Amino acid sequence: MKKVLLATAALALSAGLATANTVRMGTEGAYPPYNFINDKGEIDGFERELGDALCAKAELTCEWVTNDWDSIIPNLLSGNYDTIIAGMSITDERKQSIDFSHNYYPPAASAYLALDAGADLAGGVVAAQTGTIQADYVAQSGATLLEFANLDDTVSAVKNGEADAVFADKDALVPFSADQGGDLIWAGEDVALGGGIGIGMRKSDTELRDKFNAAIDAMKADGSLNAMIVKWFGDEAATF
Amino acid sequence: MFDTCADPAALEGLSWFLCYLTSGKHMMFYWSFLIVLALLAVTAPVALGLGFAGALAARARAAPLRWVGKGYTAMVRGVPDIVFFLFVPVALDQGLEWLRHKWKCPDWDAPIRQGNDFLVCAQAKLPLSSSPQIWHDIYGFTLAVVAFAVVFGAFAANVLHGAMAAVPRAQLETAEAYGMTPRQVTRRILIPQMWAYALPGLSNLWMILIKATPLLFLLGVTDIVYWARELGATKSAIYDYPHPDWRVWYFLVLLAFYLGMTSLSERLFRHVSARLARGQATMAGEAMRKARA
Repeated sequence: MKKVLLATAALALSAGLATANTVRMGTEGAYPPYNFINDKGEIDGFERELGDALCAKAELTCEWVTNDWDSIIPNLLSGNYDTIIAGMSITDERKQSIDFSHNYYPPAASAYLALDAGADLAGGVVAAQTGTIQADYVAQSGATLLEFANLDDTVSAVKNGEADAVFADKDALVPFSADQGGDLIWAGEDVALGGGIGIGMRKSDTELRDKFNAAIDAMKADGSLNAMIVKWFGDEAATF
Repeated sequence: MFDTCADPAALEGLSWFLCYLTSGKHMMFYWSFLIVLALLAVTAPVALGLGFAGALAARARAAPLRWVGKGYTAMVRGVPDIVFFLFVPVALDQGLEWLRHKWKCPDWDAPIRQGNDFLVCAQAKLPLSSSPQIWHDIYGFTLAVVAFAVVFGAFAANVLHGAMAAVPRAQLETAEAYGMTPRQVTRRILIPQMWAYALPGLSNLWMILIKATPLLFLLGVTDIVYWARELGATKSAIYDYPHPDWRVWYFLVLLAFYLGMTSLSERLFRHVSARLARGQATMAGEAMRKARA
């Protein structure tokens, strides 16, 4: 009887440990090459590879989930998953509701993509994804902001003439540009926005944040993070 | 799926399409059709049951029960669906987790609400963070069924309440004259007779339910609309099967699916309503009821 009790206690304990170590990683799955769903139906991309590497370093068991961009912060707060690793720039506004890890991607350029290079960026209609730093920027730039739920819709809006240009992370727009076989071309100057991209976490999850910070710092120090950035974003990408 | 699909870049024409349409992602798309059908199959009876209970409660002689029935229909019908779909699953989820938290972690002293965060102990999470994704999916699906059932149950309650009021008083009076108790009258006359009056309203609700299933996506269940959008979106060279914006084709498939579903149900409803109308309020109706009972 004692043995049985001990065994159950041990089992309960180990189950408890297992629970504590599973981290659910929330991402959007619609922002290549940061994160996307590949043809096998799995989450893939820079952030998938990075997240798995970070979890291995921090000795965490990680499970990936997708969530719509619109509700990605509320669902983190209500505990549906434990991290947001979805190309989310670190901004003061977001910092009021969630905490960020150290950045794992340096402040990146945002760019305009349009049907012709002379598009009116200051006074025309510019499409951007809802709730992004680019949307805030467009709203303040004097142009008319046209918001969409995901990146694809913003690009479509330019193609069908609804908007004069789309404004988003340059890396995410590259596949749609003419030099990559798309039918849109760069317009205006690139703009540097935000404080880089970090992992979003609940403010109360300080232990998890410290673990990820340590893992990110280690990957920055040994150069493996830079190698990963170059692998996914090309040689010209900004590195640490 | 096929061996020939190992190197998609080398494929062309028909074999490209064959491999493309059988990719893992497309399998998930096809699977999501079953999810939508399952949702319909589960939600419709549950909503009808809730509606039935609501309608009976609204007719009850005990005042508190009547208030519950009337309050339920009035409240749900008055609040926009989308608000309900956003509210019910979140409230239900947090409520259940809170109860489990009280039960499993009585020693926990940190507050459950810290600023914006909703925090319960790891053991109280529903489902546990460590449980496989399939449980998370099932849980999400269940919350969706509950949300749909609550909303559509309220509408069904109103339809059934109206149908019950439409049954000719003379029929009920006759039953009373035979010495039946109120309960017997309800069970033997009112309920069997009301379906003919309820059917048009219920068929409307069913049609609306079919078309409301894309709201599943709001609840975090990846349904056919989600996959159509995801698969149709422009695919750059980073994917195995690059293609331009094909969303219009995927949405055409959805259009065909929804039209097929609605026209099939319409035919079914026409059949059922013809049967119900036959001999309504006559001896034939009575004979049919006996044959069925």
